[in-house]
Amino acid sequence: MSARTPRTVVTGIGVATPNGLGVDDFWAATRIGKNAIGRITRFDPSQYPATLAGEIQGFVAEDHLPNRLIPQTDRMTRLALVAADCAFEDAGVRPGDIPEFDMGVVTASTSGGFEFGQNELKKLWSQGSQYVSAYQSFAWFYAVNSGQISIRNGMRGPSGVVVSDQAGGLDAVAQARRQIRKGSKLIFSGGFDASICPWGWVAQLANGRLSTRTEPERAYLPFDADACGYVPGEGGALLILEDAEAARRRGARNVYGEISGYGATFDPKPGSGREPGLRRAIELALADADVAPGQIDVVFADAAGTPGLDREEAEAVTAVFGAGRVPVTAPKTMIGRLYSGAAPVDVVAAVLSMREGLIPPTTNVTLSPEYDIDLVTGQPRTASVRTALVLARGYGGFNSAVVVGAVD
Amino acid sequence: MERRVVITGIGVLAPGGVGTKNFWSLLSEGRTATRGITFFDPSSFRSQVAAEADFDPELHGLGPQEIRRMDRAAQFGVVTAREALADSGLDLAGFDPHRTGVTIGSAVGATMGLDDEYRVVSDGGRLDLVDYAYAPRHLYNHFVPSSFSAEVAWAVGAEGPNTVVSTGCTSGLDSVGHAVELIREGSTDVMIAGATDTPISPITMACFDAIKATTPRNDDPEHASRPFDGTRNGFVLGEGSAVFVLEELSAARRRGAHIYAEIAGYASRCNAFHMTGLRPDGREMAEAIRVALDEARMNPEDIDYINAHGSGTKQNDRHETAAFKLSLGEHAYRTPVSSIKSMVGHSLGAIGSIEIAASVLAMENNVVPPTANLHTPDPECDLDYVPLTAREHTTEAVLTVGSGFGGFQSAMVLARPERSAA
Repeated sequence: MSARTPRTVVTGIGVATPNGLGVDDFWAATRIGKNAIGRITRFDPSQYPATLAGEIQGFVAEDHLPNRLIPQTDRMTRLALVAADCAFEDAGVRPGDIPEFDMGVVTASTSGGFEFGQNELKKLWSQGSQYVSAYQSFAWFYAVNSGQISIRNGMRGPSGVVVSDQAGGLDAVAQARRQIRKGSKLIFSGGFDASICPWGWVAQLANGRLSTRTEPERAYLPFDADACGYVPGEGGALLILEDAEAARRRGARNVYGEISGYGATFDPKPGSGREPGLRRAIELALADADVAPGQIDVVFADAAGTPGLDREEAEAVTAVFGAGRVPVTAPKTMIGRLYSGAAPVDVVAAVLSMREGLIPPTTNVTLSPEYDIDLVTGQPRTASVRTALVLARGYGGFNSAVVVGAVD
Repeated sequence: MERRVVITGIGVLAPGGVGTKNFWSLLSEGRTATRGITFFDPSSFRSQVAAEADFDPELHGLGPQEIRRMDRAAQFGVVTAREALADSGLDLAGFDPHRTGVTIGSAVGATMGLDDEYRVVSDGGRLDLVDYAYAPRHLYNHFVPSSFSAEVAWAVGAEGPNTVVSTGCTSGLDSVGHAVELIREGSTDVMIAGATDTPISPITMACFDAIKATTPRNDDPEHASRPFDGTRNGFVLGEGSAVFVLEELSAARRRGAHIYAEIAGYASRCNAFHMTGLRPDGREMAEAIRVALDEARMNPEDIDYINAHGSGTKQNDRHETAAFKLSLGEHAYRTPVSSIKSMVGHSLGAIGSIEIAASVLAMENNVVPPTANLHTPDPECDLDYVPLTAREHTTEAVLTVGSGFGGFQSAMVLARPERSAA
């Protein structure tokens, strides 16, 4: 990497998860392992095989957004718009401070505004085509969050949207870093999903990986001998990423960390007998960050929660780092899997771990003796964290890894 | 040493015929593939016209299980990816799967499959608590359109970076632009990149009806898509896919590949204005064009042909006409501009890639495809839009642009590799 390549730093955070709205609440809950998985309240789940989710309680969009935005937005967009406002405030920068063409938005999405789509599909089929909302032309599609955030904040520079299921949250961060390397000064990146509605639930059930347990503490147990699937959640995070030099010049008050490495791979076709791609994604990310395995202080795992996928991940981590050589954690056991929002939330947890010198725990899990990893369970662990690795995988075979480094 | 990226294989599936040959015949003959909707009963809709593709998945090599689990858009993507790979002459054993990636653009994902399955699980919209027992196992593939790029990866054996790019109606340009960046930065050597969308379903027609974006010219479907024509009144929804094999230039030369074109420049900007509206001055698209030209190290005068977004809405046609003048100056008046949407409709996220294919074929044949149905000039659109019939025209560099909901504006410059900066 040439000396002229701009470095990409995180200077602002907006986060909304089932265990915390805003960065302070999120971290206060996460550092002590506060669980937020419960029986679905958004609709009556009793007729479905899975009944638990990580829902965000107490979010009232009308308290934060202008009235005109409410009828044209899905829940995931409202969460994202509010998170964007919080991130700007956190970064101490106002939209007008930076030239419009130097700012952009790169987000990930998994299922778009699925609840909005559900409601319009219902009108279409029960009432007729003329009852479908004009806002259906954009409120549900995958690009909506990037579009709405750019409009609300006057950001006219290079932007984008990626969809790679849960891996997309990291792919968006990587694409944002590419734009900063090409000259953008500030990019919003991250992802939000919120598809806890009957139609979304049926679609998620179809993948066969949802936990059908009814006890919240026994439902999502990655790396446990009792692993039985995952619990979906809603929410996500947005990061303000800046060219490190530009951030320094403007006197950014928070420089949480640097996005220093990235790697992405795709698994071989099922049945091919070839090795899955996760190990390679990790190695690519480490090489990109120019760090050795021994320099990684913590791994935020993808933590699929199904035995086969857990084994693949444990094997990849062990292959790269050696047995039990690096602390591994999965705070998403508190909130469920947030799809495109999950990995950006883990990046937030990673930079906050660095700041506090504390690794948040994987809750509810007892490590299966089958896996040779040092999983941080039960209590948070005090540790000096200078460099963290965040992993994310998407349904079908997507593998992404990001290295986050401390900035002095 | 800067890595340059070239197109060495093309696969197209567009209304009017499967395959690149059929596609170019339609364009070069100026025929249209728009018709009255046959996929469902459109009688209750304001707009009843679409550009539908006649496509039999079994004829194109898809097996029964593939057909069952894939949305129509995924099927299109797999068929065009296979055509592109065959066209490139790149042997499956001849590339490193780890250094081969996939990007597929799509604006609306598995809309068709989702619309169908919702109707069933909700029993015609009656059930709020939709019925799980009627949900097929492949419904998750419709829920997350990254299943499209996964299917393409499986079809070609690619194990490098993989994603769907979904920036609305610029997805087809942005997907290929993204792929170019991956090769340039060294993350991959080969990319299978393109886009697919099959949005002709009741929910999509209904939402475009609601904003009067699609044309109500139902009594004359063959002439309903009329970009730049003074009588135009909305776009015609289409479907389709185009996928390319992209390679690093020196590697492509070493293996003696046929090089269609270099992707010499690409840029995207946002209007930060309105989810469906456009600023009349065209400034963001002009900025994208300016940066794409800059990246290609070209001047406006180097552009021989502009493949327009040309959707056939008054707002769009005037917006991009302004953008061409703003970015290319006087040269905009001297350059043929045409919209193939007049013939194949607007396939949302796919069309950007289909238009890249058209641009490359224009260079390959030195023929500029026409804007069909352009009989009545719009005084506010005063460029040379190549009305009605294709034109022989030496074409060594092409500008192709896209514009879409969410405010995205993208521009790409394609050139013969010996023509662009050496």
